[in-house]
Amino acid sequence: MREITFSQATLEAMDEEMSRDERVFVMGEDIARQGGIFGQFKGLPEKFGYDRVKDTPITETAIIGAAVGAALAGMRPVADMHFADFMGVCMDEIFNQMAKIRYMFGGQTTVPVVVRAPDGLVNQAAAQHSQSIEAWFLHIPGLKVVTPSNPADAKGLLKSAIRDDNPVIYFENKVLFKQKGPVPEGEHLVPIGKANVVQEGKDVTIVSYSIMLHTAFKAAEILEKDGIRAEVIDLRTISPIDKDTILESVAKTKRLAVGHEAVKIGGVGAEIAAIVAEEGLDYLDAPILRFGAPYTPVPFSPPLEKAYMIRPEDIAEGIRKMF
Amino acid sequence: MGVKGHEKREVTALTKIDKDLLNDFYKTMVKIRFFEENIEKYFLAGEIPGFVHLYIGEEAVATGVCANLTRDDYIQSTHRGHGHTIAKGADVNRMMAEIFGKKTGHCKGKGGSMHIADFSVGMLGANGVVGGGYTLATGAALAIKMQKKDNVAVVFFGDGASNRGTFHEAANMAAAWKLPVIFVCENNEWASTTPYKTTTSVADIADRAVGYGMPGVIVDGNDVFAVYDAAKEAVERARQGGGPTLLEAKTYRIKGHFVGDPEMYRTREEVQERFDKNDPIKRFEKRVMDENLMSRNELDQIKEQVKKSIEEAVEYAKNSPYPDPEELFDDLYV
Repeated sequence: MREITFSQATLEAMDEEMSRDERVFVMGEDIARQGGIFGQFKGLPEKFGYDRVKDTPITETAIIGAAVGAALAGMRPVADMHFADFMGVCMDEIFNQMAKIRYMFGGQTTVPVVVRAPDGLVNQAAAQHSQSIEAWFLHIPGLKVVTPSNPADAKGLLKSAIRDDNPVIYFENKVLFKQKGPVPEGEHLVPIGKANVVQEGKDVTIVSYSIMLHTAFKAAEILEKDGIRAEVIDLRTISPIDKDTILESVAKTKRLAVGHEAVKIGGVGAEIAAIVAEEGLDYLDAPILRFGAPYTPVPFSPPLEKAYMIRPEDIAEGIRKMF
Repeated sequence: MGVKGHEKREVTALTKIDKDLLNDFYKTMVKIRFFEENIEKYFLAGEIPGFVHLYIGEEAVATGVCANLTRDDYIQSTHRGHGHTIAKGADVNRMMAEIFGKKTGHCKGKGGSMHIADFSVGMLGANGVVGGGYTLATGAALAIKMQKKDNVAVVFFGDGASNRGTFHEAANMAAAWKLPVIFVCENNEWASTTPYKTTTSVADIADRAVGYGMPGVIVDGNDVFAVYDAAKEAVERARQGGGPTLLEAKTYRIKGHFVGDPEMYRTREEVQERFDKNDPIKRFEKRVMDENLMSRNELDQIKEQVKKSIEEAVEYAKNSPYPDPEELFDDLYV
């Protein structure tokens, strides 16, 4: 299969969905003339015009509010947030409007909006341009949240998100944008809400997503040398969480490690650990291991940023202690 | 003195208004009035849950604006949204049922007074968040423009809400993209318990239009003819691609912020005086009778008919079932 980057995979998804449905359009800051900070919109305005690939004023509030309003009036908007960090600016539009409109109005309408949010650590961008904030949205009924870890899923999940009649937040990791991988040409849909067992194993289940999945994989490779065979699960979607796949795996491996690049406290890992404690405690032969960032804002200086990052060795070490 | 850039609207010439429109004005205004009086009554009787904000005294604004709209135009409303919803043509039985928390309500009992909507008539929702509607209306207008339709989106908001940043962000976007939005400020002088003059940088909200390069118009919000006239111009401009307008309707909130508000911040007398002098319904009656456009008898007939329909709505709501607990998860996701 041909290999393209994560960024190109998202472009392909946009191109295909905008071609098949004229109600789909995208707006955000610096997406049309610049092509997006990560090149993820390059070429789209030339093909679809500046009305369907819209540069907006600097107003996350009106970008999301207008996306929601346009959805209520029959469009299928994709709204780009530039950096996930800026979602703080438009939280009311996300959680009081977008997430609740269908439910509180008794199902009179659908709200087919996709919010694209580049997240994660990159190049010492520091406290306000580096965060992973996906856990906030797990706590908001009415939203779906996806977190692709590779180019093929980037394409398949974005296409599914655009076709979904619910609001979907699409977190795309900034480092992953450049990563290459095999991506099917043409129709390729990855179902929202279904995790992917990317490596089968029998000794421990490692659950992660987005860029941290790659770190988890490296940890699994280290453990392999010690004779510990990890089952690695890519969540793909963090809301709704595919708890069946996790519980099924833990029933087999008897051990769970779960983590993410986001702050550990109150993170997605906490929810998964709680699910397993509630519904699969009897499966466990060892305490659950959670990994995630320390409870600080993202620091700037390279040695500090490095200290903030989770290393495969740390995960491997934690898992070894389970045995 | 306000900033240059807005114009004040005087009362329109009645000769331009046809009889059907007169009947509609009156019918809508008294419908809102009776509806709200019944909401107050049944809320105080403990039959309506939650909390409710009444539109009494402000009926001419929703009525005059919505008389210019078709079913395919959109409105975004506020926490004080019953009047807008009625004026846009929502079914009052289902409205009343919604506010009573019943399954037969527009939102199946999931929304209530502050989150009422009727998408079948283009009423895209009340909003429990003050200033939450501007950007949604702007987005609906963006959709209209992309779909190459000639509809419009109206967003109602109060003087208090005009201090939200959302106003700025939506007004700028709507004006920059020449979107068919009409920003209708209902300046009722009170932001909950706070007089707007103590918190607002301008005497006239319409002055703010200057900052967005859109027309700002002030109108007597208790004169349905003047509101109709000013809204007509704004709506026509928007339909023709001329972009947004900020229309400020000067009115006054007769009831407390919510039903049950002890109103420690003003006296009953000052409110009564304003109401006696400036009740939009009485002003309408006086004018049409003075100018021999409608008779007392005609007005009374409409009133009786409307009163009956609201009483029926109350009966409908009371006799409707509550939602079943199993409906809790319905409509969360498609």
